Amino acid sequence: MTNNDKPKLSVKDFNLFYGKFQALRDVTIGIPENQITSIIGPSGCGKSTFLRSFNRMNDLIPSVHTSGKIELDNENIFETDVVELRQRVGMVFQRPNPFPKSIFENIAFGPRAHGVRDKLILSEIVEKSLRQSALWDEVKDQIHKSGLALSGGQQQRLCIARALAVEPEVILMDEPASALDPIATLKIEDLIQLLKVKYTIVIVTHNMQQAARASDFTLFFNMADDRAGYLVESGNTVDIFTNPKEHQTEQYISGRFG
Amino acid sequence: MNNINGSISSNLRRRHRIGKIFLALIIFSTMVGLLMLTILLIDIAVEGAEWVRPELFLNYHSRKPEKAGMKSAIVGSIIVMALTGFFSFPIGVGAAIYIEEYAEKSFLTRLINININNLAGVPSIVYGMLGLVVFGRMFGVFSPDSWLVNTFNLPVGQGALGGMEFNLLGIKWLLIKLPFGRSILAGALTMTLLILPVVIISSREAIRAVPNSIRLAAYALGATKWQTISKQVLPVSMPGILTGIILALSRAIGETAPLIIMGAFTYVPFLPESVWDQFTVMPIQIYNWITLPQAEYRNHLAAAGIIILLAVLLSFNAVAVFLRKKLEIKW
Repeated sequence: MTNNDKPKLSVKDFNLFYGKFQALRDVTIGIPENQITSIIGPSGCGKSTFLRSFNRMNDLIPSVHTSGKIELDNENIFETDVVELRQRVGMVFQRPNPFPKSIFENIAFGPRAHGVRDKLILSEIVEKSLRQSALWDEVKDQIHKSGLALSGGQQQRLCIARALAVEPEVILMDEPASALDPIATLKIEDLIQLLKVKYTIVIVTHNMQQAARASDFTLFFNMADDRAGYLVESGNTVDIFTNPKEHQTEQYISGRFG
Repeated sequence: MNNINGSISSNLRRRHRIGKIFLALIIFSTMVGLLMLTILLIDIAVEGAEWVRPELFLNYHSRKPEKAGMKSAIVGSIIVMALTGFFSFPIGVGAAIYIEEYAEKSFLTRLINININNLAGVPSIVYGMLGLVVFGRMFGVFSPDSWLVNTFNLPVGQGALGGMEFNLLGIKWLLIKLPFGRSILAGALTMTLLILPVVIISSREAIRAVPNSIRLAAYALGATKWQTISKQVLPVSMPGILTGIILALSRAIGETAPLIIMGAFTYVPFLPESVWDQFTVMPIQIYNWITLPQAEYRNHLAAAGIIILLAVLLSFNAVAVFLRKKLEIKW
């Protein structure tokens, strides 16, 4: 297993506060490269907050402050330029949120923001991203139609294509299939499997089967008595689901709480 | 224990009757407004329809009613509105972007918000006074005996108002006249002040209506704040912003009081050639005709002018509705 390898993202003594409320306490963990890491835990345990820390989306909330550090390839992300960080660490949200523009414009926005002007290069990026997200065959004749006209599952794959277009190294997914039907969910899961060859993927999920099916590495978060989230245990997904070390992990994955 | 059986279904007929009475009352309330508008429109149409004729658009005001037109007023209104739109769009949208997207929620921003809302309710004549002092006279700093003129020995005119003219950067068509006096420019800037609060408020609403998920998506791709606003938020909110500005302009086009204070003329027998020329606008021309003793002016020409003004107003509103329907995004 890759646990001995140098992690892509490493979190050290990370604490996060919303004002005075502590949402995450003393999280220390490494996220392995080119693997799918799932974060599971009951509602309110801070798993989405933790995910949003990797691309500093929490910066947008004025009351948030943090301590400890998160390193991307040995570089403290709180000391890098946030724009560069978000280019390297992409994100897919819970609800598909395409821009109200054409499929082409949805994908071209990211590269354009990072300085690509050439139309030919842009259309190559668009095609490549749509192929990578397994959407090309479905939409190749209508890439100038509105992204909002697609089905929910297609919209979510469009959002994945959009994230891929800026050539990230890590892709964060915040319950990417929770708003989709089971078939669209399976397509997204298959897609994630294909993507891990090139990308490091971190996925928050409520769906225990999804975590068990689709991920290599699992983090289990729980809430302390003061409602601060903390990391209970982590390990290879197979081990966590078949042979958890902690009692609460076992209770959670067997559906006794959460 | 009391016997409550039978007490429920009593008074059914009375309850239905009360319901019908209230329905009649609220229909009547609706009709009052509609009825008055209809009476007004019919009255104006009867009085003025025959006087809406080519001369109305082709001639200036004349001492002979059958020759009188409102050419300079129509052109004046168009130019004043175009300039007002040109000034109020960037300023209003800029302020709205700052307040909605950049300003932190503090006591100061709350104070600014409250004041913008209050400004929207200030009577237009007050804006006229403001415009007169700020743009028309510029606080008198260009009069011959002012501190500024004496200190810097500015080459001002010899009249009581003084004033100076120069070509900016030496370019011939960049003529600047200070103060702005009774010019179209002064009128348009005053109208800009008048509609700015409304433009800011409606632009803010349009910007606020953009779902936050759009901003998050752009930020997550590594877009800067300005890229997010200029490429995603503004295009999405543009239909709402344009609608707000057009509706504000349609209010401004009917305004008379501030321009009268600014010194817009009632009799302008020429078309303006630059923004420094004097001007008149449609409502002032109509007002002027109503004050004249002859019935042709008072009744017929004024009514014809009102028909033109209403037509312009309604087409403004139609454009606003069209834009909103055409450009609105179906989420």
